[in-house]
Amino acid sequence: MQQIPLEQALGLSALLFAIGAFGVVIRRNAIILFMCIELMLNAVNLAFVAFSPRSGVQGQVFVFFVIAVAAAEAAVGLAIIISVFRHKESVDIKNFSLLRW
Amino acid sequence: MSFFAALGRPEVLDLARQTHYFWALLPEIVLTLGAMLVLIVDVIHKGDRSEPSRGSIPVLTLAVLAATALANTALFGLRDVSANGMVAVDGFRTFTNFVYLVAAALCIAISMGYLERRGIMKGEFHALVLFATLGMMLMGGSRDLIMTFIGLEVMSVPIYVLVGFDRMDPRSSEASLKYFLLGAFSSGFFLYGIALVFGAVGSTNLTYIAETLGTGTDHGHERLLMAGMALTLVGLGFKVAAIPFHMWTPDAYDGAPTPVTALMSTGVKAAAFAAFVRIFAVAFADAGAQWVPVVWWLAAVTMVGANLVALTQGSVKRMLAYSSIAHAGYLLVALLSGGDTGKAAFLFYILAYTVMTAGAFGIVIANSRDGEERVTLEDYAGLGLEKPWLGAAFSIFLLSLAGFPLTAGFLGKLYILRAAVEGGQAQLAVILVLASLVSYFYYLRVIVVMYMRPARSEGWHAGAGLPLAARTAVLAACVVVVAMFFAGAVPMRWAEQSALSLWRQPAPVAASPAPASLFR
Amino acid sequence: MLLLQEAAVHATSAAAGQAGESFAAFAPWLILALPLLGFVLNGLLSITAARRALPALPPVGDPHWDAHHEPSEQEHHAHGDDAHPAAHADDHGAHGHDAHGHGPKPATHTLPSFIAPGVLIAAFAVAVVNFLRMLAAHPETAWVHEYWSWMPVNDPTGALRVGAAIQLDQLSMLMTLVITGVGSLIHVFSVGYMKEDPGYPRYMAYLNLFVFFMLTLVLGASYPLMFVGWEGVGLCSYLLIGFWFKERANADAGKKAFIVNRIGDFGFLIAMFLLFANLGTLNFAEVMERAPAQMAFGGAVVTAVCLFFFLGAAGKSAQIPLYVWLPDAMAGPTPVSALIHAATMVTAGVYLVARSATLFTMAPVASLVVALVGTATAIFAASIGLKQWDIKKILAYSTVSQLGFMFAAVGMGAYVAGVFHLMTHAFFKACLFLGSGAVIHAMHEALHHTHSDMDAQDVRNMGGLRRYLPVTFWTMGIATLAIAGVPPFAGFFSKDEITGAAWDGAHGQLPLAAGLAKVGIDGTLWFGLIWGALSIAAFMTAFYMGRMMIYTFFGQNRTGEEERKHLHEGSWTLTLPLVVLALASTFGGFLNVEREVPIVRWFDFGQGEALHRWLHPVLAGADQVAEANGIAGAAVEPSAVPIAVAILLGLGGLALAWTMLSRRALRTAAEEPAYANGVERVLYHKYYVDELYDRVVVRTVGWLSRLQAGFDRYVVDGLVDFGGKMSEWLGVALGRFQTGQVNTYAFAILIGVTLVLYAFVHT
Repeated sequence: MQQIPLEQALGLSALLFAIGAFGVVIRRNAIILFMCIELMLNAVNLAFVAFSPRSGVQGQVFVFFVIAVAAAEAAVGLAIIISVFRHKESVDIKNFSLLRW
Repeated sequence: MSFFAALGRPEVLDLARQTHYFWALLPEIVLTLGAMLVLIVDVIHKGDRSEPSRGSIPVLTLAVLAATALANTALFGLRDVSANGMVAVDGFRTFTNFVYLVAAALCIAISMGYLERRGIMKGEFHALVLFATLGMMLMGGSRDLIMTFIGLEVMSVPIYVLVGFDRMDPRSSEASLKYFLLGAFSSGFFLYGIALVFGAVGSTNLTYIAETLGTGTDHGHERLLMAGMALTLVGLGFKVAAIPFHMWTPDAYDGAPTPVTALMSTGVKAAAFAAFVRIFAVAFADAGAQWVPVVWWLAAVTMVGANLVALTQGSVKRMLAYSSIAHAGYLLVALLSGGDTGKAAFLFYILAYTVMTAGAFGIVIANSRDGEERVTLEDYAGLGLEKPWLGAAFSIFLLSLAGFPLTAGFLGKLYILRAAVEGGQAQLAVILVLASLVSYFYYLRVIVVMYMRPARSEGWHAGAGLPLAARTAVLAACVVVVAMFFAGAVPMRWAEQSALSLWRQPAPVAASPAPASLFR
Repeated sequence: MLLLQEAAVHATSAAAGQAGESFAAFAPWLILALPLLGFVLNGLLSITAARRALPALPPVGDPHWDAHHEPSEQEHHAHGDDAHPAAHADDHGAHGHDAHGHGPKPATHTLPSFIAPGVLIAAFAVAVVNFLRMLAAHPETAWVHEYWSWMPVNDPTGALRVGAAIQLDQLSMLMTLVITGVGSLIHVFSVGYMKEDPGYPRYMAYLNLFVFFMLTLVLGASYPLMFVGWEGVGLCSYLLIGFWFKERANADAGKKAFIVNRIGDFGFLIAMFLLFANLGTLNFAEVMERAPAQMAFGGAVVTAVCLFFFLGAAGKSAQIPLYVWLPDAMAGPTPVSALIHAATMVTAGVYLVARSATLFTMAPVASLVVALVGTATAIFAASIGLKQWDIKKILAYSTVSQLGFMFAAVGMGAYVAGVFHLMTHAFFKACLFLGSGAVIHAMHEALHHTHSDMDAQDVRNMGGLRRYLPVTFWTMGIATLAIAGVPPFAGFFSKDEITGAAWDGAHGQLPLAAGLAKVGIDGTLWFGLIWGALSIAAFMTAFYMGRMMIYTFFGQNRTGEEERKHLHEGSWTLTLPLVVLALASTFGGFLNVEREVPIVRWFDFGQGEALHRWLHPVLAGADQVAEANGIAGAAVEPSAVPIAVAILLGLGGLALAWTMLSRRALRTAAEEPAYANGVERVLYHKYYVDELYDRVVVRTVGWLSRLQAGFDRYVVDGLVDFGGKMSEWLGVALGRFQTGQVNTYAFAILIGVTLVLYAFVHT
């Protein structure tokens, strides 16, 4: 079976990561922001898997760790978003600027 | 340590044998069980009623921390002969573990009374603090990048919750959201950095990375490694709050309940710095040519920028947040200074910094009231005259933060400066001195306001104060801050020995130069 | 004192052959520790007293609040002039309210009466024990013991080691005896003089502290340790001059003393630096050992060292041009003037020169400067003393003048003569000062009864006091004879030795004369000049002392009818020290009778030049230097001329004063017209030196200070303020980035990431 070249896999990973990062910068909805971050984490997972054939099988093991951590983060993050929503009836981060300067 | 030896602790650990992890992770195990115990006890107390937790919970929490500290002493004199253990077994870890425990204990102590007044006296708070402490210990003591990442998350996730713990306060929730989004964002970078390093070197084990870089063999993935180092640096820079990755800090510190702010600015920062030292000063030591200039700029910009912005703050809590950013700059100088003296100065300073910062936040708590946080400068007017003990203690903490003689902060800065000059970072030393010169202004301004401005009204400060336990903790912090100046040699000797142990990793590849060759 | 005489006898026999027994000091640290203990105890008492006397805060809006109900320390010195003996005990009838004095005094005001003199007498006893042991052994080398290492500096270029070490040798022993002995008497006097003062415990604490520092000065085994004592006595002097600090003049006098002394201290420090740079040590023993080998005789270095040391000595010992502080220092209580500003502290400079005899012997030019400055001071101050009216001022200028004699002596290399005069001067000048204190005490008390505003210190307001204060009169009379140089009183012998040395020098028989010749200076002319000037100064001394005595004790009483009834002698604590000191002034001179000198040898009762032999081990180093350089003095041919002249001048001065003043009807200060005569006015105004200093130094410095202040305010502060403002603007600008928006923050992080990535990939 033809293996996907490392460069291509990494390129895809970097692209996904960049999309996620830019999403965090430009989007205003807290939930979408959070999804962008998840996208970044998954880009990293892709990179781990891509490195795996060369650097050892741990790469694939790490993915499971990352998924677990991301799940925990998701649980806490969504709870925080709900808590914020209760105050402002909104998840638009533009509305959250009590704290500045 | 014959006590632990009698319990069957081996003299030399070999982490290739899984059973030896029990001893290597003894403090973490005790802490985890303790945190669960706190949760369970709280639940049993309350049943399904919604009411404040009992006063015994913080006491139990402190007991768990004390037990962990005791377990931590089991690590004294231990060493690990294996090549690829997941946790480090060295004096550096023991020392930093104590720092986190002190930070957590001070956080719990000053939270007494505060939580009740804010109506958030819940056992979860204490359990979360303990879990965050566990994360710190894992992060600071790890010898593997993946382990560092997991420690980071174990530490951060409880902190996200703690920042938003005061759910009724929109500021707290907002701070929590910001911290969470940006924290997750930055840990994405950190993780990506780990992945790239893993790809370049073929392992996430710090010792292995150090040896690989030390042998100088061209692994053919120079760029990959560089990018990985850069992104790792970003992740750590975020956690230690170095400019320009600091912008969450003032908001999160400001919005969080004050005891949590104290923990964030002490324990979290210490853990992030410990990981910083292990990853950069040890594992990436031989790539110093690449990362040292970058961190140099980070340190310089952090010291200057944070102090300048701190000048303009009207809120004492926010001022302390910027002060904490500035201190990250000072600690980066210690990190850059290389060698044992630099690391020893780092350890000494992190200890002094933890005590004085937590103490200062204790005074901020003492000045708060039931519903309101009195944190503006005007709120402190006349405090020194009406509450002489609080005023004196706050003065000592602020002077120590500024680095005034007769306090631990002075000695700490002196050690850092010495290490910096000896390590060839004289320019940074100059910047440090100039930056802390600026810092005197905003620290002393608080003291001036406390003693030379009249209070807003008669009896304005009548309600200021702390419950007995918190008062004892603040007083102890005060004593330590002063004692560390007069008996500074004692902790410094301990710090030096701990720093030495950082390098004494077993080196199976005999030919490899010392990991720290760059710094010697 | 009598012990000293006995010592002389023993010293003779010791020299005869008993020597060899090793000297073992007896707890010399006790000598230092006892006064320090006294200071601590009295200090604690004074703090207690001050806390108790602290005035309660006046209740707001209560006009009836009266500060006098809670008399704080100082309260009672709001009126009156500088010397304020405790004359308040009896003035309550007039004032109508009770402040203190009636009823039992609190313990804080009674305990110091026992503690302060007690520790001194104990210290004196320890000193005597040591002295007797030293006498038996007569060691040739100094006993030095280091208690702990005080200043160990490890430096690659040369290690500085200064230990907290005590050096006991014949010179420090003699000084210790004088300090503790005379000090004990003055402490006893102080009990009578000061016990009614509200600040009594504080006063005693300062006095004990002074003695501690003075003993540190003389017992320290190195220059830095000496400097500690040097600064310490300066501090105590400042504190005691300004003891009644509520009056501005007193506080100013204290400051003046302190500031003028700073100039001298600068010299002391520079000298120490030079010594260390050239010899690598500052311990006396090592300095004296290495100096001859490592520094050239008459070279620039040793001359500079000696001149800088002399600058220090001139400050502390009130020599031209730094003497101006001493007359003002009379603002302090009179026993302080006796102890600090006559008997001990001001002689520290002489001690310093004598201690450094080896160095000064190596620097003939510096020595000549010392001698000339001393001589000039002697005649200059004596001439000012001629026309003063304030009894303490007269004595103050007399002290300056006598210090000039001592410096002339040590400058000429007659170290023993200098130290000898130092000792006898301590006796008779302390006696005179304490006597004046007794007079002022009596005057003050008398004047207080009628609330007269007459000056209690002006001799014109006294007169005829010998009937009312007989003990004071007789003791002061003896001391006057002693200072005037009338045989066989103490001052005669010591002063004669000084003028005799000058006479010898004029005949080329002093080592210094040979030394000067070696560096190409003909010293004989200078020595002749010195002899002449000192003789005139001695004559003036006799005259103004006679004048003072006549004004004070003879003729009609001028205090006024009512006051006269209240004139009486003080308690035994006041008179006993006077009597003891008068005895010492009488017999002290026999200690060192020069057997070879005509006339003087009539007074030789068999003990001979005991002091010369006693101090010989200390000065051996200087003698060796002289011998090594071939300048050891030729055999002195004793001459009767200087002795005869000295006796004539002393008696003549007193006689002149008597003939001029005893017949004339003296007038009180109020009636006496101001000096019209130009010379008199110049003398009365002390040659306008203070005014000159004010114009030249103080104003110039003030002008420069203002200039500097302007520069500081507008340029330096301007820059600093600008920096501060810039910082703030920058801070505000940077703070604007803190928008509170997560997107902004994430963007900042992203920019950071880009920068860091760029930096990593491109280096």
